[in-house]
Amino acid sequence: MIRRHTLGGRTYTFDGLVDLMAKATPVRSGDQLAGCAAESDAERAAAAWALADEPLATFLQEQVVPYESDEVTRLIVDAHDAEAFAPVAHLTVGGFRDWLLATSTRPDAAATLTTVAPGLTPEMVAAVSKLMRNQDLVLVAQAARVTSAFRTTIGLPGRIATRLQPNHPTDDPAGIAAATLDGLLMGSGDAVIGINPATDSPQATARLLHLLDDLRQRFDIPMQSCVLSHVTTTVDLIEQGAPVDLVFQSVAGTEGANASFGVDVRMLLEANEAGRSLGRGTVGDQVMYLETGQGSALSAGAHLGTGGRPVDQQTLETRAYGLARALDPLLVNTVVGFIGPEYLYDGKQIVRAGLEDHFCGKLLGLPMGVDVCYTNHAEADSDDMDTLLTLLGVAGAAFVIAVPGADDVMLGYQSLSFHDALYVRQVLGLRPAPEFEAWLAGLGMADGQGRVLPVDLDASPLLSIASGS
Amino acid sequence: MSIGDAGSPDVTASDPWSGLRRTTQARIGLGRAGSSLPTRRELEFRAAHAAARDAVHEPLDVDALVPGLDALGLGPTRRVRSLAEGRGEYLRRPDLGRRPASLDGLDAGGDADVAVVLADGLSPRAVAEHGVALVTALVDALGTGLRVAAPVVATQARVALGDHVGAALGVQTLLVVIGERPGLSVADSLGIYLTHDPRPGRTDAERNCISNIHPPDGLGYAAAARVAAALVDGSRRLGRSGVALKDSSALDDATAEALDTGP
Repeated sequence: MIRRHTLGGRTYTFDGLVDLMAKATPVRSGDQLAGCAAESDAERAAAAWALADEPLATFLQEQVVPYESDEVTRLIVDAHDAEAFAPVAHLTVGGFRDWLLATSTRPDAAATLTTVAPGLTPEMVAAVSKLMRNQDLVLVAQAARVTSAFRTTIGLPGRIATRLQPNHPTDDPAGIAAATLDGLLMGSGDAVIGINPATDSPQATARLLHLLDDLRQRFDIPMQSCVLSHVTTTVDLIEQGAPVDLVFQSVAGTEGANASFGVDVRMLLEANEAGRSLGRGTVGDQVMYLETGQGSALSAGAHLGTGGRPVDQQTLETRAYGLARALDPLLVNTVVGFIGPEYLYDGKQIVRAGLEDHFCGKLLGLPMGVDVCYTNHAEADSDDMDTLLTLLGVAGAAFVIAVPGADDVMLGYQSLSFHDALYVRQVLGLRPAPEFEAWLAGLGMADGQGRVLPVDLDASPLLSIASGS
Repeated sequence: MSIGDAGSPDVTASDPWSGLRRTTQARIGLGRAGSSLPTRRELEFRAAHAAARDAVHEPLDVDALVPGLDALGLGPTRRVRSLAEGRGEYLRRPDLGRRPASLDGLDAGGDADVAVVLADGLSPRAVAEHGVALVTALVDALGTGLRVAAPVVATQARVALGDHVGAALGVQTLLVVIGERPGLSVADSLGIYLTHDPRPGRTDAERNCISNIHPPDGLGYAAAARVAAALVDGSRRLGRSGVALKDSSALDDATAEALDTGP
């Protein structure tokens, strides 16, 4: 269906929902690369007006990626909860923005948002985010509450957790142990200690799983570990009896993009069951760890939707959260600046995308974290990461990723540092996950407010983690 | 402690982290100024990021490369640029970096077997520092059995631009030597991409890559050239490059291992 809007004496025409959504999206290089971005700021503004008038119910009738040809769409549509949708069913996208902002100021905001979440589709949430300013994305996300648990509890108000990411270019156990020690001494690791392996070899993955599990048991750390291998590698290792806490997979918002990752919905649902069957959690049983990022579908050439039109990358990203929701994960994070400047060109685009992804995931009911990051060929630097981290801290992000000195020496990009995590906890009064904080305090590494204290390495009982003794 | 002394790895001789630093290049044990990074460590990071950014953005000085390439005796060096106008467009539009603005001056009249394209990619600095030496080593390693076309230097170029060049020259084997995305610790690394029967539309799965070439710390010129020559030989016997070549027995063990340890 053609949509029209007249602005400043000029009438703009949008050829269907896919075109309208793309043109209403704040500017980003990936949509320009895909050829679906608005041609001018005025066209973008006109599209936002037209999108604001669209009834939310439209998204139940008109799909941006066809139901017949895409299993992610089928999952989203078939799982839709009409009863939960009822309180907002009469609203337009613009009216929904007003409803979210008003709801977020009320004392029962968290409960209301949780109740309505199963009634929202990813496309509805993506649409409303396109009408929202950064402060709106922060305000509503802060009002929403999502918690998850395995050996620590993630997402509690007043807390922010970290994934300690001790990557090494050759998976050297001594090097990984040294980076892990550095992170633990800085109070990181309460979301997960998660290694990106340099190879997908099952033997190497198993070796790293044992390294982390031995460490956990030796020092009685309330933590979960993960080696971010392909889901099929992890499921095989579960069958072989390896100590698998979390099952990782990268996911995207179309069937084709997931196929490029070598996964489908059934495989992911089975992997979730396999992970849960081990019963290794203590305070919860959520085992899936999922990563996403705007641009992954375009990068795989699997970004076309209804009518063969390119779907904007933010809408496709939000559809990945629709898939994630079906897996009831412990952790989900967007790897926001990793993919490069052809998708998110500069710090402004990365900051905006990070806030959108966090808002959309959290509103859909996911324990949402962000890998606040950039590459050396993007127009971004540490100042941009500071801005995004601070905003995410205010917005109530469940966790962020941290590496030694913000420099991932395996993946060749810059994430946050352990220091950055201490910074955001300090300025916003945020604490680690409660189980992990208690462990830190027990070793004299945290004070009564959950602040991580400086440690003398030579005097720390954790020193033997890295010295091999 | 002087913050100006940013060159040495250890804050003091008695730094308890110094032993652990031998196990990883990761920036461990940086110390704390309250919650934050101490000044010296902040400045070290800033300098590394600046070097990486400069490596991306400084344009390739093609004139400086030509004498060294001409000296190979393969014929006068040819130049190609992509459709990307400037660095900003190159970074935003990888599709334009894959297509040549013009192939004038390249013709299929030659009888070469192999073409070597030296492309700026994401690190013109890597090409400036290692390009001529690596191409020289490649020509040596290929030996006298194969005819190598006069070198081509491509600017604002991605790997797939070479497919157009290779097709225009009518060669069966294409080697693209290209600057790799700079990391914080290494900003001058080159990669070599082999494509058998190059033509527009080839995918990355149809190529073989040797990466991390940046002596003295990374792979050396001669070692990289030996692996490339073995791949060229294997691909010409197998009649294809890419995953099929890596998995085939057309490679000796050393070459297969060198590829397996690449990123």
